[in-house]
Amino acid sequence: MVPCKPLEKRALMYEIVQDILDAKKLTQRVASDKDGALVTFAGIVRGNNLGKKVLFLEYEAYPEMAIKMMKRIGDEIRTTCGLTSVAMHHRVGRLNVGETSILIVVSAPHRDDAFAACQYAINRFKRTVPVWKKEVFEDGEVWVEGPTEAVKAAKE
Amino acid sequence: MKVHLRLFAGVREIAGQKEMELDVTQGTTAGGLWERLLTEHPKLSPYTNIVKVAINQDVVDREVELQAEDEVAFLPPVSGG
Repeated sequence: MVPCKPLEKRALMYEIVQDILDAKKLTQRVASDKDGALVTFAGIVRGNNLGKKVLFLEYEAYPEMAIKMMKRIGDEIRTTCGLTSVAMHHRVGRLNVGETSILIVVSAPHRDDAFAACQYAINRFKRTVPVWKKEVFEDGEVWVEGPTEAVKAAKE
Repeated sequence: MKVHLRLFAGVREIAGQKEMELDVTQGTTAGGLWERLLTEHPKLSPYTNIVKVAINQDVVDREVELQAEDEVAFLPPVSGG
């Protein structure tokens, strides 16, 4: 069985934040001496999309539901892969090129499970968690509606 | 009865508001509420076939009837990550 963390600690595992994301801090929160593998995924703001130069992004979330959906993904992972810990933080507001929009950290006894769980988490996040981004270009701006990855994956 | 409406991203921008309190009659469905929003903001029509409805932060079918004090959200396709 997966050992449960104290509630006050677990609550901090899923967050929508305004501040700069700190991978080191989140990693420390997830790491445990039961786990030999810890995988971090960081989503970074790209300077271009579909051949257009992106100046910056604006992220918006439905925070209460986003946290609920992130918890659901975390629970799925813990149940399926037997992971000890999952943490997901997404940043909202204005993000410049090169900044981190999302951090997902998972830890597991062994690396195969940790890699698989981390990939599963980001894929599920992109499909189910209510967060949106607006791309701001030199000549306009557009809300991105639906991740291209999800559309591709659904077809596969 | 009263319901709380929350709007996000492109839908929020077109409607010009992120939150509303609305009076609805008993038996109003989530889809019915969208139709009402559409009457007030016809520019939302491209979203009709792509928004998902969440009631109290769970995605539901549009046929679901609203209850007093429900929090209803119309969610454009997500693009976080």
